[in-house]
Amino acid sequence: MTKIGVVIFPGSNCEYDALSAMTTLGAEADFIWHSTETIEGYDGIILPGGFAHGDYLRPGALARFSPVMGAIADFAKAGGAVLGICNGFQVLTEAGLLPGALQKNRGLTFLCQPTTLIVASTRSVLTRGAVKGQELSIPINHFSGAYTCDDATYEQLIENDQVVLRYKDNPNGSRDDIAGVSNVEGNVVGLMPHPERAMSTLLGSDDGRVLLEGFLRALVSAA
Amino acid sequence: MNFPVTVTVTLREGIADPEGATIERALPALGFEGVTHVRAGKSFHMMIDAVDEAGALEKATALAQRLLSNPVIENSSARVGDSAWGVA
Repeated sequence: MTKIGVVIFPGSNCEYDALSAMTTLGAEADFIWHSTETIEGYDGIILPGGFAHGDYLRPGALARFSPVMGAIADFAKAGGAVLGICNGFQVLTEAGLLPGALQKNRGLTFLCQPTTLIVASTRSVLTRGAVKGQELSIPINHFSGAYTCDDATYEQLIENDQVVLRYKDNPNGSRDDIAGVSNVEGNVVGLMPHPERAMSTLLGSDDGRVLLEGFLRALVSAA
Repeated sequence: MNFPVTVTVTLREGIADPEGATIERALPALGFEGVTHVRAGKSFHMMIDAVDEAGALEKATALAQRLLSNPVIENSSARVGDSAWGVA
């Protein structure tokens, strides 16, 4: 059975949603405390949303120095699938595992709302089960979600097909409407929206399943 | 020897600064005319133990780049003296 590790930093708050999404989709999942120095036996790792280390200094700035991050960097370099959701995305950019940075939202307001995303690339481990151009309704919940990067990085993103998801109506001032990016290889993905909160039509949308089911299937085929 | 050090972190040129822009827009309403190019940032104050001023500055510059700033979007500068904790 596919096994997913969900990392908990002090201040994470979406770890149960992420765990529940994984087990709902038939995977085995457990938590990894941030001070763990080695991770073994996992097919994929999720860095969940929240406010790791209080978001002090900058979101993700202190989490990147948590002991588990060294092991996650090794796991990613070996081709392991790593998914950062919201705060997890911020942690991955601070750790240098994904390019760019997340800045305060344009308008300086905390945004908590459904958004429509457009699948921009199906090359990443998160979007392999989706169709390019497909629209997905998935909520956002963040203050620092405006994706930003310099021109050279942006050109690389486009050239290497690393933009994974875009907002249909840019809510936060992200460059080029970017909602999620991957590394060059496509095995490390970060996105600000919360697919684990879009698992049931009873709660507004189950479009998150398109992404997370694809994520799990990609792991099975990689194993 | 202990040196008082101030590290200032600001957004790099070309990076949107919604906080600075909002402050700038608020100023005329309060009667402060002619204030432009407002950039919001952070300052950090600390005491650094080093053999001399250059050593303190070197350490401050390194920690500013490694932790206090995100070089992707921010610049940092360190100076010795005139910190919240004293004047060298």
